[in-house]
Amino acid sequence: MNMHNIWFIMKREFNGYFATPVAYVFIVIFLLLAGFSTFFVGNFFDRGEADLYPFFSMHPWLYILLIPAISMRLWAEERKSGSIELLMTLPVSVFEAVIGKFLAAWAFTGLALLLNFPLWITVNYLGSPDNGVIFASFLGSLLMAGGFLAIGACISATTKNQVIAFVVSVVVSLIFVLAGYGIVLDFFSSWAPRVLVDVISSFSFLTHYDAISKGVIDMRDMLYFASLIAIWLFANALIVNARKAD
Amino acid sequence: MTLRIEIEDLAKHFGEIKAVDGVTFSVSKGEVLGFLGPNGAGKSTTMKMITGFLTPTRGTVRVCGYDVLTDPISVKASIGYLPEGAPAYADMTPEGFLKFIADVRGLRGAEKKRAVASAAEKARITHVMFQPIETLSKGYKRRVGLAQAILHNPPVLIMDEPTDGLDPNQKYEVRTLINEMAEDKAIIISTHILEEVHAMCNRNVLIANGKIEFDGTPHELEALSRYHNAVCVSVGGVETDALSRFVESLDDVAGTEPLNFNNGIRIFPKGGKQITLELSERIRSNGWQIESLYVENGRLDEVFRTLTTRPGDAA
Repeated sequence: MNMHNIWFIMKREFNGYFATPVAYVFIVIFLLLAGFSTFFVGNFFDRGEADLYPFFSMHPWLYILLIPAISMRLWAEERKSGSIELLMTLPVSVFEAVIGKFLAAWAFTGLALLLNFPLWITVNYLGSPDNGVIFASFLGSLLMAGGFLAIGACISATTKNQVIAFVVSVVVSLIFVLAGYGIVLDFFSSWAPRVLVDVISSFSFLTHYDAISKGVIDMRDMLYFASLIAIWLFANALIVNARKAD
Repeated sequence: MTLRIEIEDLAKHFGEIKAVDGVTFSVSKGEVLGFLGPNGAGKSTTMKMITGFLTPTRGTVRVCGYDVLTDPISVKASIGYLPEGAPAYADMTPEGFLKFIADVRGLRGAEKKRAVASAAEKARITHVMFQPIETLSKGYKRRVGLAQAILHNPPVLIMDEPTDGLDPNQKYEVRTLINEMAEDKAIIISTHILEEVHAMCNRNVLIANGKIEFDGTPHELEALSRYHNAVCVSVGGVETDALSRFVESLDDVAGTEPLNFNNGIRIFPKGGKQITLELSERIRSNGWQIESLYVENGRLDEVFRTLTTRPGDAA
């Protein structure tokens, strides 16, 4: 694994977001939706508590829609334009390319997330929140975004069509989130054995993110997202290898 | 001669289709190998296997001594590759694109700067370095691809139809560039433009239906033509029929056909022999005055057609 190559691929990909209006449109919409959901859905003011729980708790739902928009181009565009032939005949391994592209998308998401800092300033102005909790929630949200991105990157490698990559990624992300949602679990718990319900719920982003969004960092939740990212990226590399020339 | 590319029994099957089926050849330093064949013959597939983009169904590829299956990174580092259609990152500028390639190729600092500048100059793209690649014309896009391929001064250069879609001036420039680099590199160029065989190559491999049909110099390729060393003659005041009858009675003549201009005939020698001198003497000693006489080299398009179509094929 050549760290230089990962860095160069990441840098190129990251700058690629800013070569078109995509990055700016995305960031503006992300900030609008995050703000809207914090204040109107999460009732930031009415809760009367100095924390950012309303902000962070909405992230799974925002990410379902927004993260696939970041990940859809990663491989589909390379395959469509044929530049994948160029990339894969440079002295770069598939894993370096997969990781470099993933890190670029992740860094971009992190940037978008950081640009919500006015909220942090607001809450610190209005009261005295536990900034440790906010920092932990930030890390957790970023980690979950990585999970969504890894899923999206892998799906992007299966097609030349960015729209297909987007739609399929949204659906798969939705499944991963909903697996822990009350209604879905109730549906299963009425007939399925307890073990199965636990397995389904343990695969859910919600289950693992819930604690994190309250600032509780549990190693098991961290490990869940880390291994989720690793597995999807591994699958991503296998798919790129198998289908790059199609 | 240093062997740079060694290919042995290389094959690629896509299901039932044998795109490449047992190809063996090697290329040394100083050789410019023109890879000929009709569309779909397996040229691009072979190149994609040499550059490590496609995994062969069987066979081996060695580039500069490295095996593409066991050490693909070293193989890729030794090759400059221009894929078919010269794909690039459309939203980058040639400057950013070439810098990225230089980074990945391991060039740093002053060396990188020099490599980018020199490749841009050789490919003649210095004045479009800061325009997005997607806004460039087809010819310039092709040249950006070319600059990318030669950037790290690779010992092996592989180019899939480098002059496709270029105008005659651009073609000339690309050929000049390739000729300049030919001396210290091993180069493979695929093309179906037959005039390029003479303009660039000192060796040809002709492939059809995934198999090699010819491997030799451009001159040897021409020699396969039935027009090779054929002599076209016209003689003043003599009927074509009489001339034909006389010429056909000579030992080394296999046959004649009338030319549809100039009242002359084309004379085919036996076994592709060089018969010009003898022929002109015999005609003159017959008391006839030769109006025009020239020798044909052979026709590449005819050889191409003969080698790439099997008897019974519709095409």
